[in-house]
Amino acid sequence: MDLRKARACILRVGGTNCDAEVRVALEELGLRSDVLHMNWLEKGRLSEYQLLVFPGGFSYGDYVRAGAVWGKKVLTRIRRDLERFVEDGRLVMGICNGFQVLVEAGVLPGGDGSFSTTPRAVLANNKSAKYECRWVFLRGEGSQTPFARRVGNGETLRVPVGHGEGRFLSESEGVLQELIRSNRVVFRYSRPSGEPAKGAYPFNPNGSSYDIAAICNRDGNVMGMMPHPERAFFGWQAVGYGGPQGPADGRKIFEGIIDYIMEL
Amino acid sequence: MREGLIRRVSEDPPIVAVDLREAEDADLLEISRGMGLALSLPEMKAIKEKFGRPLTDVELQTFGQTWSEHCIHKTFRGVVETESGAVEGLLKTYIARATRELDRPWCFSVFEDNAGLVDFDNGHVIAAKVETHNHPSAIEPFGGAATGVGGVIRDILGVWGEPIAVSDVLCFGPLDIGYSELVPGIKHPRYIYKGVVAGVGSYGNNMGIPNVSGAIIFDRNYTGNVVVYCGCFGILPKRSYIRQTMEGDLAVLVGGRTGRDGIHGVTFASTDLPEESEGLRSAVQIPNPLVEERLRRAVIRVRDGRLASGITDLGGGGISCATGEMASRSGLGLIVNLDNVKLKEGGVAPWEIWVSESQERMLFSVPSRNLENTSRIFEDEELEWCVLGSFNSTKRLKATYRGATVCDLGLDFLYSPPRIKRRAVRVETAPRPLMLEEPEDLASEILSLLSDPNVGSREGVVRTYDHEVRGATVVKPVQGESGSHNDAGVIKPLKDSWVGVVISCGINPFYPDPYWMAACSLEEALRNNVAVGGRRIAILDNFVWGNPEREDRIGSLLRACEACYDFAKAFGTPFISGKDSLYNESPMGPVRPTLLITGVGIIPDVRKAVTSNLKAAGDPIYLLGTTKEEVCGSAYLRSKGVEGGDWPRVDPSVSKRVMNALTKAIDLGIVAACHDLSDGGLGAAASEMVIGSEEGIFLDLGRGLMSTSRNDFAVFSESAGRFLVEVRSGSEETFEATFEGLPVRHVGEVLREGALRIQDLKGREHVLEKADLLRSWRGD
Repeated sequence: MDLRKARACILRVGGTNCDAEVRVALEELGLRSDVLHMNWLEKGRLSEYQLLVFPGGFSYGDYVRAGAVWGKKVLTRIRRDLERFVEDGRLVMGICNGFQVLVEAGVLPGGDGSFSTTPRAVLANNKSAKYECRWVFLRGEGSQTPFARRVGNGETLRVPVGHGEGRFLSESEGVLQELIRSNRVVFRYSRPSGEPAKGAYPFNPNGSSYDIAAICNRDGNVMGMMPHPERAFFGWQAVGYGGPQGPADGRKIFEGIIDYIMEL
Repeated sequence: MREGLIRRVSEDPPIVAVDLREAEDADLLEISRGMGLALSLPEMKAIKEKFGRPLTDVELQTFGQTWSEHCIHKTFRGVVETESGAVEGLLKTYIARATRELDRPWCFSVFEDNAGLVDFDNGHVIAAKVETHNHPSAIEPFGGAATGVGGVIRDILGVWGEPIAVSDVLCFGPLDIGYSELVPGIKHPRYIYKGVVAGVGSYGNNMGIPNVSGAIIFDRNYTGNVVVYCGCFGILPKRSYIRQTMEGDLAVLVGGRTGRDGIHGVTFASTDLPEESEGLRSAVQIPNPLVEERLRRAVIRVRDGRLASGITDLGGGGISCATGEMASRSGLGLIVNLDNVKLKEGGVAPWEIWVSESQERMLFSVPSRNLENTSRIFEDEELEWCVLGSFNSTKRLKATYRGATVCDLGLDFLYSPPRIKRRAVRVETAPRPLMLEEPEDLASEILSLLSDPNVGSREGVVRTYDHEVRGATVVKPVQGESGSHNDAGVIKPLKDSWVGVVISCGINPFYPDPYWMAACSLEEALRNNVAVGGRRIAILDNFVWGNPEREDRIGSLLRACEACYDFAKAFGTPFISGKDSLYNESPMGPVRPTLLITGVGIIPDVRKAVTSNLKAAGDPIYLLGTTKEEVCGSAYLRSKGVEGGDWPRVDPSVSKRVMNALTKAIDLGIVAACHDLSDGGLGAAASEMVIGSEEGIFLDLGRGLMSTSRNDFAVFSESAGRFLVEVRSGSEETFEATFEGLPVRHVGEVLREGALRIQDLKGREHVLEKADLLRSWRGD
């Protein structure tokens, strides 16, 4: 479709704080974006959008567990609309707290239908028991998802993380193996060489199982990731990490989104 | 106290009346102490003489709050008597005078509002403010530090600024101090450190504001007096800076509910910390960044809708000070209906509502025609709000509660407290002889210094603060895989402009002469700023001193203020805002006089900002500035527990020219890396550059400008005005021409291998592998 007709919805609630920079990244690539408080999202409104983003922050103070409260609010307020949105093949992206929300809502990794009735994974406290703000290497795993179509299998991206609860743990070994088998692990934390971190700190900054940094749903149109690609979009954001000249690596993820929308 | 002076007017609500007319001096002091007013006898007498009627507790508390050291800075505005005559106000005579005489056209608003404002580009201004939150952090470290951050963020919101960065500078006692060395009432530094760091990180991270500048200092002196500085920086369109509260406008209170937390925070900050301070926990506020995040959204929306005529934050003194200040600065009066205030709990007395420092509250003045649109924004953002009352032309601050008038004071009197007088004695500090043999093994000296808590890696703390949120951070506080340090943070606040804000700090409390201590702190803040590419620097002062009623404390304060004037003038850098925290005294004694200078510069193109990590093997290394035998108070001597020797001095006639030339070289694009020389001197700076890089450094000490023949002094002296610079290979001539006539020497090269190789003054070579440097620096 004509990109000028497409629009993105960046949702926010109290405590969300990374909405503005996601909007800057999307609009830089020509995708008009609305930042909407979830309270203002009337029934049916989602269908106006091609992309829905759950950005980072500390939604509802991240009380209980990161993303848990917003995750439940998503289910009670917009479950039907969100399910339809996902089934339509539109794109949903969760970044950091947004990833936590999608997992808490059962959208990721997802169930047999679309959403699982209970969360099948969790983003637990970092193994270091600390908030970690650092640049990491992400290794593209060749998943069939629009979000990674600009990233080669085994290619590394430099992107920062900033979280206290980012350790991906699955409900069971079976859930993890299924994610790996179905090629739904989108990015893994790696060493500079591109070798998976194999749990080694600080390359894997949080102790995630299988060095998981990002996963997608069965159809590849919903992706959640702990790192912040919007903070590694412009070269000047990556001073000391490949910048300031040229674009930074996180831009590729947003470009994948644009490619997909233009092909719709 | 004699009976009859205090009379209960009403049980429910609890209101008492105090009749000062018959009170004698002892009674006045007893009333001040008993009600927690922290007012002196002359101040109590001034109130007594003014009023021919009994005062309510609400009214007396209003004086206690408004006339507190914290709110009105009476020491800085008062008279200081010295042997050589009286100084009419430290602020006016030194700090503000430098700004006035420099008269920079880019200073937009200084010493006026909640924060200082300077031009950014044609349409925008930068707001900057730094606060202290020492007493609360000593009692409840997490809450004290978190509300310190929350409070200074509200100062930026209170000038309509969008917060773009925070900073923190922290001073603690040694983490390994023995419990037997503590005295009752003093918490262990490790407990305070953990809580403070977590509090600073939690509030900034939750608000989504990057922390890009800071420092941490450990010293025995701070065991009893923890120091917590919190800064916030913001940006706003010039035309959005609206301060025109008019008669008839409504006073609208928004945000958190009001409760019994933070009662008497300001008067508590205006006295020494007593041994039984645990009982003062109620003076510490409770943080809730989630509310402030929503408040931030609402402030920016109200601003952009041009709906309000004025704004201020609720900080010290709560509603009493916010309403009084807003009315007073607008030449108006105000009636507040305390029944409208939303409370956290029942049974709160009117005076408590009036002075509570419950967090996350802002006060707006709103023309009544805009109330509907304004309140819709608050409700949109899920914020509670109420109309406190309306502004009038009476110039009186009036409050009612359940139909009764509980406060009715003239603002002119309330805002012209009696000037206090302090006496200062000059404390002379003369250098003492230094008894220290020159060590043989320079390499092991460097490693041991790197492992000193005052020099070592800050990564363990800095990475718990988000420095990337908002996606606008260019130069990060920590650099690369090893997390080596940059000298200042650079933020690119506007999408469509390459101009950046450069934030730096300078703090050198260990140089024993207060004049040179202040001079060095100021110069260090500038040096750090210039090192990454900053220029046109505005500065902020934050004094943390002991009890100003003691003559020696005022004496050293006076000397530090003299230096502030002299060097701000000499460097051409105006003060734009400041804050003093006095009464930092605990059962373990007074705080070490500590001055933080914060620098706020700009860089025309953030892509030209310079980081401290090495870029290319073969590049020449230059040392700027002269290294002298200035080691007193240095990290080197402190780590050895040795005193004596001479301390660093600042020569602005050279230092300013070196900085200007460095800025020119950075703009020419020939500076590949730069690091300022501060704690730990040349040895620490060179080590940090190696730690942050793949490459290494070769240094020939004999090629530098050294006025010493000792290797340890050459490597560890903390002489001011010095930088270590990697120049792009092939640009040597241009670089040297830029520094024509200045103390600059080509002292070495960037090496391919990750190591620091030093050829000392006697021609011997010392080699330090990067892995060893890193291990010592990280304390692994």
